[in-house]
Amino acid sequence: MSSTPQVLTARPAALHRPRRPSWPRHLHGSELAWAAAFVVPYAAVFLAFVVYPVAYGLWMAREPSLYRDLLRDPLYGRTVVNTLLYVGLGVNLKMFLALLLSGFFMRRRWWIKALLPIYILPWALPAIPAFVSFHWMLIGEEGFVDSVLSALFGIPGPIWFTHRWLALGSNIVAYIWKWMPFWTLTFLAGRLAIPQELYEAAAVDGAGGCRRFTHVIFPLLGTLYLVCTLLSTLWTVGDFTTVYLVSEGAPSYSTDVLATLGIHYAFDAAQPALGVAAVMSALPVLIPIAIVLMRTVHTKEVQL
Amino acid sequence: MSVLPCHRLRRLLAEVASVTLGIALLIWSLAPVYNMLLIALDRDEGDIEFEGLIWPPDPSLHSFRTVLTQGYWLVEDFWHQLGSSFFIGLMTMALTVLIGSLASFAFARMRVGKRWVLNASLFTYVVPASFLVIPFSRLMASYGLSNSRWAIIAANVTFAGPYAILILQKYATLIPIELDEAARVDGASVVQVYRRVYVPLMTPALVAVGTFALLLAWNEYLYQYVLLSSTRNMTVAVAIAQFFNSDEAPWNYMMAIAIIYSVPPIVIFYALRRYLAAGLSGAVRG
Repeated sequence: MSSTPQVLTARPAALHRPRRPSWPRHLHGSELAWAAAFVVPYAAVFLAFVVYPVAYGLWMAREPSLYRDLLRDPLYGRTVVNTLLYVGLGVNLKMFLALLLSGFFMRRRWWIKALLPIYILPWALPAIPAFVSFHWMLIGEEGFVDSVLSALFGIPGPIWFTHRWLALGSNIVAYIWKWMPFWTLTFLAGRLAIPQELYEAAAVDGAGGCRRFTHVIFPLLGTLYLVCTLLSTLWTVGDFTTVYLVSEGAPSYSTDVLATLGIHYAFDAAQPALGVAAVMSALPVLIPIAIVLMRTVHTKEVQL
Repeated sequence: MSVLPCHRLRRLLAEVASVTLGIALLIWSLAPVYNMLLIALDRDEGDIEFEGLIWPPDPSLHSFRTVLTQGYWLVEDFWHQLGSSFFIGLMTMALTVLIGSLASFAFARMRVGKRWVLNASLFTYVVPASFLVIPFSRLMASYGLSNSRWAIIAANVTFAGPYAILILQKYATLIPIELDEAARVDGASVVQVYRRVYVPLMTPALVAVGTFALLLAWNEYLYQYVLLSSTRNMTVAVAIAQFFNSDEAPWNYMMAIAIIYSVPPIVIFYALRRYLAAGLSGAVRG
């Protein structure tokens, strides 16, 4: 992280100057052809691997009877509740803790600087081994967590995966463990971009830690926080690996989320259309989130 | 109470609190890693995890040796699988950086369909990755990519692309457009501006995006599980999960694989950490 301050002081002088257009407003001839050629690879990926599969998926899940089947399945209702809890609690806890911890990592102590690379480790560690390890840590009385509890405090730990809420909680904790460092880094970058004078001015005015947070940091990082939370929500709704590997849906599919239920329908129960319908039923919630995200990304306020 | 001791007491309390938080974060971050080592260092199959030990009684590197020499039927294709993972990871990284930088150059610098491209790319996330896998598995056959590693790479680039374009577009606003102008006055073509001006100045953001793509590919499991069915093309991620489906349970071998699999992204990540920080903070500012 030590290079970050230099980068920030060396920011280009033109940053806040009104910009003259360099490329003509309407490109002509070979320039237009080049610009189009530059966009073509991404456009091709987008058409072949987003538009076509989405359209195909909607076509697969076009029968209204599929949705009636879904609503009749008690598994589906429970899964929707699980998904709301998993995404709602997971994303918001993770984001809020990441925002607070980014403040902790701003402190200028050598041991906090040394701690940062270790704290980042969960993000660098691949998801599969990490979640398999979580699974084994919580597997029961012999798991690492319960063993530590009984060795240090002499108390028997719970059997995590036999109780729905404990298993759901385990999934959320594993999820936060894995992804919090990434967002902490993002917020740390956002905090470093706040001019030092603002902190000093707030300190001169007698603002303590809490008031500095509510009156300086949160207003300035608010848009970034919103963009990150929305993006993370969209990613987390599609999270399959965590639930599949940590609790494995145990006990008896009661901690499944929409992503794992869809895969379960499609590949274990050999009902691909039902699987697609299960996951597509989240679209009415996802589309508004995406629209808010698109609008927020374009606002000027993202610029600090 | 006088002001000074109260002030000192508060500073002391703050110091104690931050040290406590630091220790808690250390334990929080390392506990699952320690658990992996604990199981992997076990000499015999499946003892530690069933006896509730929190310290390896007889640490041995036996399981690592078995994995590296492919001395057990579940690990007999280990090196080939690691090669597959590397191929997928590196190709995802290279293609994401290439496609993302080209597209972001066109719309952040040449202002071709700026909003349109970013909005369309963010639309990808409306339908999260695990939702698309079912139609994907059908379509790959019609693209002639069934059971091919390129199908995984395509999926990874699809999902790393929008984030890459978002970050690159934000970072590109930090680079003065006058540089493009100067290059064009000197007679540089579009491709030369891209290669000589844009790419060199965007290096931190490109590295950040590349690392993100690599970690995404290395973290990804679902597409590899659904789309790669043959043992020959299988990746390490799928191989690890295969242990759950087997009747025997050599968990120490599985954890040894898991630890070896974790090393490359960690090395790459820490080697590129400086660029990554610069790229992210640039993108957040832009």
